[in-house]
Amino acid sequence: MTTFTAETYQNEYLPEGGTEVNAIVTVTATGGGGVGSAGGGGPEAVEVIMLDCSGSMSQPPTKLRSARDATATAIDCLRDGVWFAVIQGKDYGSMAYPGAQTLVQATAETKRAAKAAVAQLQASGGTAIGAWLTLARSLFETRPAAIHHAILLTDGRDESETHEAFVSALGGCDGRFQCDCRGVGTKWEVSELRAVATALLGTVDIIPDPAGMEADFRAMIDSAMGKAVSRVALRVWSPQATTVKFVKQVAPAIDDLTPKRTLVNALTADYPTGAWGDESRDYHVCIEVKPAAVGAEMLAARVSLVVDDEVVSQALVKAIWTDDAVLSTKINQSVAHYTGQAELAQVIQEGLEARKAGDDATATSKLGRAVQLAAESGNEGTTRLLAKVVEVDNAQTGKVRLKGSVDAADEMALDTRSTKTTRVKH
Amino acid sequence: MAGDDRFCEACGSDLPLAATQPAPMTEAAGSRCATCGGAVGADGYCGQCGIKQPDPHDHEEIDLGWAAGLTDRGLHHPANEDAMALEAPRPGLAIAVVCDGVSSSSNAQQGAAAAVQAAGPRLLDAAGGDAKAALITATAAAQEAIAAVPSIGGGDSPSCTLVAAVLHDGELTVGWVGDSRAYWCGAGGNQRLTTDDSWAAEQVTAGRLTEDVAEARVEAHTITRWLGADAPVTEPRVVRFQPSGAGRVIVCSDGLWNYASEADHLASLLDPLAPDATPLEVAHHLTDFALNSGGHDNITVVVLAV
Repeated sequence: MTTFTAETYQNEYLPEGGTEVNAIVTVTATGGGGVGSAGGGGPEAVEVIMLDCSGSMSQPPTKLRSARDATATAIDCLRDGVWFAVIQGKDYGSMAYPGAQTLVQATAETKRAAKAAVAQLQASGGTAIGAWLTLARSLFETRPAAIHHAILLTDGRDESETHEAFVSALGGCDGRFQCDCRGVGTKWEVSELRAVATALLGTVDIIPDPAGMEADFRAMIDSAMGKAVSRVALRVWSPQATTVKFVKQVAPAIDDLTPKRTLVNALTADYPTGAWGDESRDYHVCIEVKPAAVGAEMLAARVSLVVDDEVVSQALVKAIWTDDAVLSTKINQSVAHYTGQAELAQVIQEGLEARKAGDDATATSKLGRAVQLAAESGNEGTTRLLAKVVEVDNAQTGKVRLKGSVDAADEMALDTRSTKTTRVKH
Repeated sequence: MAGDDRFCEACGSDLPLAATQPAPMTEAAGSRCATCGGAVGADGYCGQCGIKQPDPHDHEEIDLGWAAGLTDRGLHHPANEDAMALEAPRPGLAIAVVCDGVSSSSNAQQGAAAAVQAAGPRLLDAAGGDAKAALITATAAAQEAIAAVPSIGGGDSPSCTLVAAVLHDGELTVGWVGDSRAYWCGAGGNQRLTTDDSWAAEQVTAGRLTEDVAEARVEAHTITRWLGADAPVTEPRVVRFQPSGAGRVIVCSDGLWNYASEADHLASLLDPLAPDATPLEVAHHLTDFALNSGGHDNITVVVLAV
């Protein structure tokens, strides 16, 4: 049985007339056993793997071979009793396993049959990611109460359907299942897969070398099998005359939940966080309040974890107005850290965009700022990725030069991983 | 959670209101926000404007003319965990009870309040007869009441001190458990009537330390007897005192006597006051003294005029 705890880290003191309240809420889930076998008492789970089988997957042939091997590994990692299916993606989605449009339960026998079917997959045709997602959605709908997780692997752009069809299909899947997206090679579009991952509460990453696929698939399935409770929401109450400026997941990666809010009542909204295993995540909540008199204390937000409409944990975000500048000017270390990490992700994405558009001056300044922020916060992963795109003259001041030639895979890795954050020690 | 439709289809703030689910808070019935009139939640914040409501118990006064009491949160504790009861049903008869909730125990505020509410009426019922027996009965009732108060969030079970006084036709009887005190300031010399059940008092009694040295130590306030589910002994110690003339009985928690432990020191604080200052004026004066001295703990002062 999963139990949640929620803790607030903030400087609750505001100067006279101050209106912006910032807090980091750390949510930790423990005690969940993960999805179990049918008789094991764990929650029911569905796993759908969408495998790009378009013509380009055979260039080079190792790509499809690696994808088939990685999918076989993923199938091996499924716990017995989990419902699953494999979709082959071309100009439309079709069933790779099982043959009929249905889910089957993982057993030694079905896993063997699935791996045999996957080994037969051949590359041909185009890429229509929206159509693949729609087929996956129809499979998930046959097990509505289960924890729903998908893996989407592609090597190319979504060019066999209209953009409208893609957007509409994605909208139809919103909230129905979570999807981790992987691009193999460098011919796919980061923005497309990021759109899918963002809408479907998943991750996006590049697998530059097909050889790396197997380990990555294993990690994704292991994480999915560890989930014990799904459809968890952050429920944020804030008083009248206040505005929730944003609610962002800030660790382990940045994900702005603000556009996903659904109102519960005039003062309360839910923000979806998907499924949880034993893990800990940080959220940055920013509230604009109406100032009260010096000495007054206001509850700026009550942040609850909600499972099946039941509050399982709660944290309070407060505002206290003071004329003591020593109190009100103190910047909370957690808030400062994650504000920096959010800016880091933003300047990387803007810098890469400017570089692509040929605006070298903007690219240099944005990526320079990124180098500075990554160094300040000890974000070594991002620092390493940045060094492949720019020459760093001085990390402290953010002085950099754009590299003349950059490996496309390095640039895409920097782009997809820009939202990964380092965790603050409270 | 209500199935799949919980997620936003269109994204953004222009969604229709779904008012079928209650706000995630229980609202304390009857309580209205002092700022905006909205309903106040169980955690003390207004459910409408979010402003924290002042706790009426932060500062309370009882004025019965010749007897008066005052309790105050002080300047540092987040809540007032002291509680008091005071009754003067007829001239010549008054009863007073002061309980100080032990901050390190759980739910101490509720515990002290329950103890006082149980002890007050019992003491009043029996005060006209055998005052000592009345104090013992009242203390037993207080013990039973606090032992029934639940702990919140673990920790020691709710605990408090108790000091109670019966003034009946000029004779004073005082009973206590813990380190809340009663003093006599007036005719025949000022004196402390109680002996603390505390580490400091034990050191002094045993002759190991002088009073001022013992009370300055960190362990000074560790009480050796208290009321609560985990209390070893709860029978009060009782003393009788016959005032030889006019004066004042002062019953108080350590939020006051921390700053004026000696009876003569405490009495000297009243020097600036007019000789006919009312008990309420005296209680205010002593509370202000404690606040001006730091107000570190909750302060409760009951004054009976003799």
